[in-house]
Amino acid sequence: MGKAKANAGPLARRPDNSAFKQQRLPAWSPMLTAQTVLPFFYGMAIVCVLLGVWLLVTVQNTHELKVDYTHTGSCDKCFEKRKDRANANQSCNCTVVFNIENTFKGDVFFYYGLINFHQNLRQYMDSRDDGQMIGRNKNLKNPSSYCEPFIKDKNGLPIAPCGAVANSMFNDSFTLLYHSAAGSRVVPLFRKGITWYTDKNVKFRNPQVENKTLTLAQVFEGTGQPLYWQKPVYDLDPWDRNNNGFINEDLIVWMREAAFPNFKKLYGVLNRAIEPFTDGLPAGNYSVLISYNFPVEYFQGRKEVVLSTVSWFGGQNNFLPVAYLVTGCLILLLAVILTAVWWKFGEFSVDF
Amino acid sequence: RANDRDYNEKFPYADNHIRTCKYNVFTFLPINLFEQFQRAANAYFLVLLILQLIPEISSLSWVTTTVPLVMVLLITAVKDATDDYVISPLPHLPPLPPLPHLPPLPPLPHLPPLPPLPHLPHLPPLPPLLQADILLLSSSEPYGLCYIETAELDGETNLKVRQALTVTSDLGADITKLVDFNGNIICEPPNNKLDKFTGTLYWRDNKYPLDNEKMLLRGCVLRNTEWCFGMVVFAGLQTKLMQNCGRTKFKRTSIDKLMNTLVLWIFGFLVCMGVILAIGNTIWEQKVGRSFSVYLLWDEPIRNNNVVFSGFLTFWSYIIILNTMVPISLYVSVEVIRLGHSYFINWDRKMYYIQKDTPAEARTTTLNEELGQVEFIFSDKTGTLTQNIMVFNKCSINGKSYGTSSRTACVDFSFNPLSDRKFKFHDHSLLEAIKMEEPSVQDFFRLLALCHTVMPEEKNEGDLVYQAQSPDEGALVTAARNFGFVFRSRTPETVTLYEMGTAVNYQLLAILDFNNVRKRMSVIVRNPAGHIKLYCKGADTIIFDRLDPSNHVLMNTTSEHLYVGFYTTCLRTLALAYKDLDENVLEEWMKRLLYASTVIENREEGLADLYEEIETGLMLLGATAVEDKLQEGVPETIACLTLANIKIWVLTGDKLETAMNIGYSCNMLRDDMNEVFIISGHSAHALEPELEQVLLETACLCKTVICCRVTPMQKAQVVELVKTNKMAVTLAIGDGANDVSMIKTAHIGVGISGQEGMQAVLASDYSFAQFRYLQRLLLVHGRWSYFRMCNFLFYFFYKNFAFTLVHFWFGFFCGFSAQTVYDQWFITLFNIVYTSLPVLAMGLFDQDVNEANSHRYPSLYRPGQLNVLFNKRQFFLCTLQGVGTSFLLFFIPYGAFCLVARDDGSHISDQQAFAVIISTSLVIVVSVQIGLDTYYWTAVNHVFVWGSLAVYFAILFAMHSDGLFSIFPSHFPFIGTARNCLTQKSVWLVIMLTTVACVMPGLAVRFLKTDLYPTLTDKYRPRCNAHPMTINANRTITPGETKPRLVSEEHFLPVLSGPLTVGLCP
Repeated sequence: MGKAKANAGPLARRPDNSAFKQQRLPAWSPMLTAQTVLPFFYGMAIVCVLLGVWLLVTVQNTHELKVDYTHTGSCDKCFEKRKDRANANQSCNCTVVFNIENTFKGDVFFYYGLINFHQNLRQYMDSRDDGQMIGRNKNLKNPSSYCEPFIKDKNGLPIAPCGAVANSMFNDSFTLLYHSAAGSRVVPLFRKGITWYTDKNVKFRNPQVENKTLTLAQVFEGTGQPLYWQKPVYDLDPWDRNNNGFINEDLIVWMREAAFPNFKKLYGVLNRAIEPFTDGLPAGNYSVLISYNFPVEYFQGRKEVVLSTVSWFGGQNNFLPVAYLVTGCLILLLAVILTAVWWKFGEFSVDF
Repeated sequence: RANDRDYNEKFPYADNHIRTCKYNVFTFLPINLFEQFQRAANAYFLVLLILQLIPEISSLSWVTTTVPLVMVLLITAVKDATDDYVISPLPHLPPLPPLPHLPPLPPLPHLPPLPPLPHLPHLPPLPPLLQADILLLSSSEPYGLCYIETAELDGETNLKVRQALTVTSDLGADITKLVDFNGNIICEPPNNKLDKFTGTLYWRDNKYPLDNEKMLLRGCVLRNTEWCFGMVVFAGLQTKLMQNCGRTKFKRTSIDKLMNTLVLWIFGFLVCMGVILAIGNTIWEQKVGRSFSVYLLWDEPIRNNNVVFSGFLTFWSYIIILNTMVPISLYVSVEVIRLGHSYFINWDRKMYYIQKDTPAEARTTTLNEELGQVEFIFSDKTGTLTQNIMVFNKCSINGKSYGTSSRTACVDFSFNPLSDRKFKFHDHSLLEAIKMEEPSVQDFFRLLALCHTVMPEEKNEGDLVYQAQSPDEGALVTAARNFGFVFRSRTPETVTLYEMGTAVNYQLLAILDFNNVRKRMSVIVRNPAGHIKLYCKGADTIIFDRLDPSNHVLMNTTSEHLYVGFYTTCLRTLALAYKDLDENVLEEWMKRLLYASTVIENREEGLADLYEEIETGLMLLGATAVEDKLQEGVPETIACLTLANIKIWVLTGDKLETAMNIGYSCNMLRDDMNEVFIISGHSAHALEPELEQVLLETACLCKTVICCRVTPMQKAQVVELVKTNKMAVTLAIGDGANDVSMIKTAHIGVGISGQEGMQAVLASDYSFAQFRYLQRLLLVHGRWSYFRMCNFLFYFFYKNFAFTLVHFWFGFFCGFSAQTVYDQWFITLFNIVYTSLPVLAMGLFDQDVNEANSHRYPSLYRPGQLNVLFNKRQFFLCTLQGVGTSFLLFFIPYGAFCLVARDDGSHISDQQAFAVIISTSLVIVVSVQIGLDTYYWTAVNHVFVWGSLAVYFAILFAMHSDGLFSIFPSHFPFIGTARNCLTQKSVWLVIMLTTVACVMPGLAVRFLKTDLYPTLTDKYRPRCNAHPMTINANRTITPGETKPRLVSEEHFLPVLSGPLTVGLCP
């Protein structure tokens, strides 16, 4: 492989004297010496502990309240009712009462939570057609085979939105009531702005048609609604015409599949423009009026309502500060052990 | 049969079409693909690809396997193609258009009247490269001589002469006669022996013996010959050159074998994982999935009836997902790294021999890391330890010894206009004797001038250059020349000498050539006076056995000279003798010789017997001694390699005494040693099975082993013995054809491109010009290669385990449904884009200890011999680290995000965000880990590590961009996830925590190891790097002096217990 070079001569085959070819590239050779490693360990330990403490303090200032309504209070009867599929089309309303002891300051978020619902099964997750949801007309009438068997309804019409994910969309609705001395009043919630910007504006689009005068219902003509739905996709939000079709925010939120079987999804954000909610949710008695539609008894699931405030690093999360504290302490322990070992057996006393 | 096409076409002779390339443009793709899929790894991935096409079990898009597979195939194909194009065995030979259809015996049915004849190859001066094995019929030179150079065949550049049979050389250039030539050749079948040919020409009712001297082989170059005519004997693939191109046995390193075992283990582990997860799936479906089926209607039959079937499908799905544990890019990365190391060897200036313009060459690219594990070196002596440049040094003529130490003044040869200026001799008395015209001295030099196979080349009048095949002969003929017996020219039948200025013509009657068994050669000449004499020179023991009894006294004196004066100073000796022959005896003998040389079977033996018969009753003339100097740096190299715990055995064909002397001068033998084992090849029965073990055990107890008088076959046997019984890596080094078998047998063969042609080099795996480069090859290149390869493998397995096993943990949360954690694009690109280059850079450039210190502390070589850097235990450790990392990588983000929201309240616990968080953590963790594993950060490492991270983020954002999604919505469903995740502070907090948690334990373990059980490397590294300048300054080493100072462990330790700035031991 010694390449003969073009230039002849007595030293024609002499290798180049370049740093690369002679393996003499200038280099930095860091070494694991006690002088570098031990301070690094102590430094890391301090950083982790400090971060942990700071996060812990931050988390202490956030609030979270979970109310399980699977069969609490008056929801018990709805739970029984939903056990029988024949009653699927009958509505059922119930109320759950709870109390907030300390004011939830700042923005308050209203979530619904599901326990033991596997949105992360492979066959379930694959069962959707992003091409349909981005508003491609071809996919609207001819959904991807991944949606099988939620692809055609019993009339043979293509389902929009197709697939198991959309089919199983969470369809309870909530009204939060605040009971103060002045009487009961509905807590105002923003039901829009609860999705990622990219989802709302890029990933989910209604089908594009040339004739702009067509109503959404006409656009979706020729498609069927998912089997388990009570309303067609263009009629999901009766109060806001622009929140219908594939860009309905509840649908978008649902379509972002949770990674774990226990999850919560955003339902609404407190509208703080209205008194007495300008500072957040005041302490007091509350109740939630639930339109109880989503059956969970088949899979031993539970449903809950979550009210929460957030900090600079997101919603209430005790794991992170604790994990930081634990890691920090472990590193500190390691550092001490390393120092001891180094002191006793290390370079001070070893041969040489 | 010459010139008879019809007859010849009845036989399936090869035509002259040779393809030295394996592929052409059209066949490349199918053939190469076929070859590649024969490799188990590639075939495995093909099976995997097929599995992925089954929708029921396809948990990953087929793209994820296809892209890496195609890239691996592509890289290998490009490498194969360039290998085939650049390094095809005979790049210089064109595919032979000039001889369109040429059966071996070219016929001439209808005669074209003018040359060039299409059938009898008329070989023009341009191009003089021969294209087939040809029997020389006639040439432009007198006596049908033809000069050739065989550099292409055996690398020897001296001119060789070939001579046509006298009967055929009479044909000359006469076309009609040539066309009428209708000889029949009966010869040996095609074989690969370049120096032998046996055949008989039947022509005009006569038999003529044919041997190699009458053959022109494919690949030879005609020199000093205008034209020649010949008859094609072998063509195409039957030529000796092509027969020699057979692939040598494929050598594999121990790391290679270990790697294959480990891949099998991983495969077993993969199946276990698959089974565990499949069982998990069965149980989950039974308990949970069944009730969840309301949302997954389609699997009704499976859910209700057969959860086991669901588990079975899941097994295959998980095999697909977890296949990245068996890394597809492993083999190709290993090959790239080895290729790089080979180039570093080729490029090394410190292994370039300036005098001969010879760089070191890694002729095999697959053995580099084995160079770091060598335990036994088997070395030839002549030309390997010594220079193989012979100098006529002493002689004993008729019982009188000449030649003294070099202190006396040189003899003045100015009386002789034809003398060689470079020749030096230090004993005036010899010249006196010549001038006195002492007959024995004259006969002595006459013999030296007559009895040899040297070719003279006289470019200008008096400017003689000898082309000798062996340096001994050249030295002897040159000596005779300077003492007034100038060998001037030769024809096949005469030799012309200038004896003290007068031309004397000797008729050459027979040459009884040299071989390793006979160990002598003779010529029979008739001098101008008509006397017939046989001159014989050969190994002293052989000659002494064949002397006339009347020589008894002279023999004793001469052998005394030999033992006292010559052997003790490492000289190579030959005894010279002559015999007067009777005309009638000779005539009768010549007839039998002619007969014996036409026999096809057992010709060699027949001839040898005849030679034996006439070479008896010789009269001793004297003995010569030729000095072969040690190569530069040999004792230092041997001392250094010994300190590196490498055992060096010298295997030589030389005499015991010579071998011992070399041993002393190489520092291998010292008077204070009492564990020395010297065995002579005469005791060949020691290599018989029952004694093998005893021999081996005895030899291994000794510090120094020298085997002398061993034949090439015995050399190979010794190597084989150690190789099979000691489980150690062996290296054989040699320069001559007699070392080829040993070089091929050892794990690693090293050829020294010296004076004895290229055969050893051609058979070797590595070649260079000087023995002392061996130290650098092993201690620097070998050590680094081994170290890098081990680190590479350790990291590579770790990385893939950390990457893949996250799926295993996720299985417990997703109902064992084979849902992937990562984006499929990430799975596709992780091994080949995001993490390939940093680890390659580490595998190519890393240095734990710099080269100067590798030389300085030879004991650093020990870990390689003990194979401690990568073995099954290390593999277990890296697996453990990988599993641990994957555990933390999964559960820290799980704990942090399973119920958390973003800072704007919207959720982030969805699967896509989770995928981005884990993959980002993974890329960062493995990048930090490679940073910790890299000892030597060059700019390339920086570019690759930081570049890989940058590329990861660039590709991540590109894949999650609006544009790609709007074009292929179903292939890039992760739109916007990167943006929405990586802008979150909590995400970065988690990534940081994960990184710290994954890296710190490893760091602590490593620090503890360095502290509690420091390896030699750990001990020497700080010293080397911290105070390189101090050492240099204290030693006042001049820049040119790079001679390593050797420090043994024992010396080193006490010295450094003092202050660090003290230089090393004297």
